[in-house]
Amino acid sequence: MGKITNQEVLDKIAEKFNDQVTLTGEAYGLLTVETGREQIIDLLTFLKTDAALQFVFLTDITAIHYPEQEKPIGVIYHLHSLVNNVRIRIKVFMHDGDTHIPTATPLWDGANWMERETYDFFGVIFDGHPDLRRILNVDDMTVFPMRREYPLEDPNRVDKKDFYFGR
Amino acid sequence: MQNHPVFFDNDPQSEASTLNLGPTHPATHGVFQNVLQIDGERILSGVSTIGYIHRAFEKIAEHRPYYQITPLTDRLNYCSSPINNMGWHMTVEKLAGIKTPKRVDYMRIIIMELARIADHIVCNAILGVDTGALTGFTYMMQWREKIYEIYEEVCGSRLTTNIGRIGGFERNFNHIAFAKIRSFVKEYPAVLKEFESLFNRNRIFVDRTRGVAPVTPETALSYSWSGPILRATGIDYDVRAMEPYSSYEDFDFEVPVGDNGDVYSRFLVRNEEMWQSLRLIEQALNKIEKEPSDIFHADVPEFFLPPKEEVYNNMEALIYHFKIVMGEVEVPATELYHAVEGANGELGFYLVSDGGRSPYRLHFRRPSFINYQMYAPMSAGMLLSDAIINMSSLNVIAGELDA
Repeated sequence: MGKITNQEVLDKIAEKFNDQVTLTGEAYGLLTVETGREQIIDLLTFLKTDAALQFVFLTDITAIHYPEQEKPIGVIYHLHSLVNNVRIRIKVFMHDGDTHIPTATPLWDGANWMERETYDFFGVIFDGHPDLRRILNVDDMTVFPMRREYPLEDPNRVDKKDFYFGR
Repeated sequence: MQNHPVFFDNDPQSEASTLNLGPTHPATHGVFQNVLQIDGERILSGVSTIGYIHRAFEKIAEHRPYYQITPLTDRLNYCSSPINNMGWHMTVEKLAGIKTPKRVDYMRIIIMELARIADHIVCNAILGVDTGALTGFTYMMQWREKIYEIYEEVCGSRLTTNIGRIGGFERNFNHIAFAKIRSFVKEYPAVLKEFESLFNRNRIFVDRTRGVAPVTPETALSYSWSGPILRATGIDYDVRAMEPYSSYEDFDFEVPVGDNGDVYSRFLVRNEEMWQSLRLIEQALNKIEKEPSDIFHADVPEFFLPPKEEVYNNMEALIYHFKIVMGEVEVPATELYHAVEGANGELGFYLVSDGGRSPYRLHFRRPSFINYQMYAPMSAGMLLSDAIINMSSLNVIAGELDA
């Protein structure tokens, strides 16, 4: 397994960020922390550049939508320290209608399309992104389809109605 | 923020012209569109347009029980669908805390490594075609066919395999499957040797590929590259070695790396990976002999369908059958990330479960999508013909790119 433990990673983060970063879980051994959008870039920069941590590999950026929560839209980063073989997951939750978060493209070129995909499906606006356009969906789409309020299919369509079992 | 693709507004004074490379062109091997601005044969800049075959798998997955998501993963990287299937099974097994028997792990490794060979055959042989050498392709394709015959023997289908089940395999490998695997392992080394002697020191091939599209390790990491193309730049990141799944830790294999990340080293890395895959399959075949021969799934009645005979004659089996088919199995409410080494990079599954019958959120970390984003920027300054072989050597699969 990894050369540093999750606790050591957490201690290093706490040393720098105090209570701005909170531990939310360690399911299946993957350290999960939550922070605010004000310090997300500082946190990512610290994790990437700290000599002991070296989370140099941006595995993924994606988002999630919990409509019941006060802050429904969450952006989720997965980082991987190839040297220490440790992964970390960072979550940032935001209010609906104010889904602005700074971009990670200055840190990783690869964040470009990941953020575009997240914007395309969840409407998260990455401030400072060089080219924030839809990527997989059609350009003139007006909604963000991975949000929970959008059903998989149009519920009003009649061509697939089944007399006995409904839809 | 603009919502329309960028097209180049050509200055009438300039020599440059706009060229649509794709979306459908034989040289692009799939639905890839790149709008290029070219000056003669040299590319000045390019913009990739993707999403032509987007099928909203992540949205569909939120409405399907876990076992019905396997066929969706087939359609990601359809050149090596068994790896995606196994990756998904292992994700659900990790979620539910299922421990698979060693024999299942070894069977999975055989199938996954065969899939890797099949994928690399396609990639490297077609790279040959793009440089003008058709012989290697026609010769290698029949060996991919032999791998597909093995899939057919194991699961009944060839391209979109839906192979295996949560907990193991739907049925045991029969003796024909084992015979086919053994004969493949015996005969393929000579073929691969011949393929290598056809290409590795072929003057035309080397001149066409060496020094084309070199990538530094720093750039590759910054673009989150993974898989053979990352290893071709010299970084030895392989999920199989770093975070072994499916008992890869029991095996002896090497992670080949290249030196300067150009098309030629990607080709060499893939060839060497095929040798390593053969080693893995050989070891797995030997290890399987020492395991009880009738085990092909874990003992998890709440996930693995009971035999039909049992369903008709045994009440518990009937209940389990009903619960599985209706997708009413218990899973913990939690989240996890599981990655496997797909044929073209780290294939990750980020799964958030709320304890319900379908995932609350499922995100595929698709290596093709992440690897391909460097294509347009790196094409700038390249010759058009080099850009074509660069695309082949990235091994981007349209199904995985667009999910």
